[in-house]
Amino acid sequence: MTSVATAPNLIEVRDLHVHLGESHVLQGVSFDVPEGGVTALLGRNGVGKTTTLRAMLGLVPRRGAVTLAGSETTRLATHEIVRRGIGYVPEDRDVFAGLTVDENLRLAERNGAGRYELVYELFPELRTRGGQRAGTLSGGQQQMVAIARALLNDNTVLLVDEPTKGLAPLLVTEVAAALERAAELATVLLVEQNLAVVERVARQVVVLDAGRVVHAGPASGLLGDRTRIQALLGVSGGGH
Amino acid sequence: MRRAAHLVVPLVLVGVLALVPTLSLDLPFVFGGALDSPGTLGLLALCLVFAGVALTYDLLFGYTGLLSFGHALYFAIGVYVMAISLTKWEFPLWQAFALTAIVGILVPVVLGAISLRVGGIAFAMVTLAFAQAGQVLVQKNPDQLTGGEEGLGLNYEALPDFFVGVLNAKYLYWLALGYAAFVFVVVRLAVASSPGHVLQAIRENERRVEVIGLRPFGFKLMAFVLASFLATVGGVVWLIVLGTGASPQVTTASFTLTLLVMVVIGGAGTRYGALLGGFLYTLLDQRLGALAGSAQVQDLPNVIRTPLSEPLFILGTLFILLVFFVPGGLASLGRRVRLRRRQAGLQGAR
Amino acid sequence: MLLTITGLGLGAMYFLIASGLSLIYGLMGVLNFAHGAFLTVGAYATWWVSTHVGGGPGTQLLVGALAGIAVGAVLAALVELVLIRPLYRRPIEQVLVTVGLALVLTALVEAIWGFDARPFPVPPWLIDTTTIFGANIPNDRFLEIGVAAAVLVGLTAFLRYTRYGLIIRAGVENRAMVTALGIDVRKAFTLVFALGGMAAALAGILSGVYYGVVEPSRGTSLLIFAFIVVVIGGFGSIGGTAVAAVVVGLIQQYANYYASSGLGDLAVVLLLAIVLLLRPEGLSPKVAH
Repeated sequence: MTSVATAPNLIEVRDLHVHLGESHVLQGVSFDVPEGGVTALLGRNGVGKTTTLRAMLGLVPRRGAVTLAGSETTRLATHEIVRRGIGYVPEDRDVFAGLTVDENLRLAERNGAGRYELVYELFPELRTRGGQRAGTLSGGQQQMVAIARALLNDNTVLLVDEPTKGLAPLLVTEVAAALERAAELATVLLVEQNLAVVERVARQVVVLDAGRVVHAGPASGLLGDRTRIQALLGVSGGGH
Repeated sequence: MRRAAHLVVPLVLVGVLALVPTLSLDLPFVFGGALDSPGTLGLLALCLVFAGVALTYDLLFGYTGLLSFGHALYFAIGVYVMAISLTKWEFPLWQAFALTAIVGILVPVVLGAISLRVGGIAFAMVTLAFAQAGQVLVQKNPDQLTGGEEGLGLNYEALPDFFVGVLNAKYLYWLALGYAAFVFVVVRLAVASSPGHVLQAIRENERRVEVIGLRPFGFKLMAFVLASFLATVGGVVWLIVLGTGASPQVTTASFTLTLLVMVVIGGAGTRYGALLGGFLYTLLDQRLGALAGSAQVQDLPNVIRTPLSEPLFILGTLFILLVFFVPGGLASLGRRVRLRRRQAGLQGAR
Repeated sequence: MLLTITGLGLGAMYFLIASGLSLIYGLMGVLNFAHGAFLTVGAYATWWVSTHVGGGPGTQLLVGALAGIAVGAVLAALVELVLIRPLYRRPIEQVLVTVGLALVLTALVEAIWGFDARPFPVPPWLIDTTTIFGANIPNDRFLEIGVAAAVLVGLTAFLRYTRYGLIIRAGVENRAMVTALGIDVRKAFTLVFALGGMAAALAGILSGVYYGVVEPSRGTSLLIFAFIVVVIGGFGSIGGTAVAAVVVGLIQQYANYYASSGLGDLAVVLLLAIVLLLRPEGLSPKVAH
């Protein structure tokens, strides 16, 4: 009996707790990310979506267990976790403004090599703007650099945090296309507020509220249900 | 029960310490002479002065979270203004003190108002800058007032008789004890007061204090001026206790760093930590040097003897070890022991 | 002219010390108070080796300098590995440890070699003067400026063209993101400390040439000015540090000469206060700790 439902989970998060200052941001977050495709992490502002990604990477102190492809990563340092094959696209892009586009990409290389052909095929502008300082790029261009960085290596997982935030509609479409392409190459855990994008690319959804998981299941199930979306996310379905 | 303890313990401590000059007790190695000998009393007085001054630094650093690299400046104001008033301008004692006190309040108000416009490392650097300016000013010896590099001798005739002379060491001791006790009481009151609670809240999370609607600046300035003024008084006491006059050493950044070391060794932000740290550091600093010259140590092989001859080496190493293994300072050791015992008790109860 | 060159000479020494401090704070967020001690130890190592080497003062200086630089690098790297790295998530304790280390190292030097100044091997051609535009300038100034310029070029090239240089430049901007790219920044930390130690030792050696002697307090007295330079120039920026070092050196010399001795130091301190009050944000490294 081989069905998608029983395919092994690539990532398993169990009982994740994070305290930031005085506040208990994540209060026992548990969810699975099945291998392949895009799993969307949804929720209102401030429920802990970004913190969840950062906790999975070890960028904030956490309690709980995170398992990647069967082995636990909770005890490892961030760079060791990342080297297991994770690409990270942070919420504010975090490209290095003082470095050129080329240097930003080169920094992401592991063991001196990278899939530059793929990256330039997806984002041809990065080749032409190679010598430009990343700080002078537009928001959309910086987003491309951030995504390209994560795709440069043969990662099995991509953690992507609100890639369409603040972008014009045309760029949103481009980013969504890039995400689809990325999902062919790796499993993607996507934090996104733009439901149109989620509708287009996501296979599974996980919804957070007040530091806990309140819903997990196939994307089609949730996204067709307007009242449910309203209740869980506080927005009318359909995207911006 | 704890409230009573907190009142009783300091009183008993002060009482016991006040009796020291009457004790003809010999503690070999720890002191060079009996407890009531002038040499030992002078040493103890110095230790008490620094216990108090360390506590003034702790008010800034341990309680308010303000890291200042220029605290020496205010101590130096106490030392130099008093010395100059007594020796160069020949003021009577109380007038000299009054002048020193006024300067010791005005200067931190002005400099504090400027320095506190920034926080964190920037604040530390600005305070360092002002203290450096003070150091340079003293070195330049304007109008031959400060004595420059050689320091300024003290005109001891300006002091009341009972502060002068070897036989009167016990009065200097009581003066120092009085100062330390005074600082302790003032800091306790300040910390326990409602502005004091605001200060500690500021140390934890300044933004939250702003959200409540309070402006941290005023509170920080109050703490800054109070700590600086108390340090200025300490400078005056130091001048009298030491009797040899003002020295530019007290204007240096190293001096401030020494205060920091004292506070950290004892335990920043704790009830008795700074007092303990200041006392212990001064004691070790003075006594280790004497120990190094003693017969027993002279016989040790060079490799051991040489580092021991410099008290700062031992103190610095002790400091590093404490920072690594006992970050709460010596004062936290008691807490740790109690914690261990409690944990052991819980385990036993299972 | 003499003033300018001397000011530049002083600035050269400040730059050497400040460059290490700047990188260390910019990348690691550690305010390294022990940097002055690295300088002193490097200077003394040079002096000590030079007294055991034959030949003229030129050879003695050269051999001693090589030893001194090596000692500076090794000492700094050891310090980072043993004292700083274990305190990784405790920044306040890291700073405190450097304060303690400064005390310990300086005390050790004083204990072994005493408080008095020791004569430094200076070859005669450095003491000689060259006449430029009518001013007699001691040749050692040129050496200082030359060495500092070489280090400036070397450091900039290193940062621009090597992988570790890239990591350091990125790390100064955003350390967390660098680790999120799978890079172990800790190696960069040790490297930066070692580089800083080397530069500090160089500054110590040059100060030995400049003053003709070495003494235990040298490191501490120069460290303060180095801090001022770093703050004015901006943490983590080599170019900014260089400019600030030149400015500070020149102001100090000119004010000391034209106004009165000691006023130059005052002027520099005032400059620091002004810069800080106008631009306090320039102080926090853009590092996400």
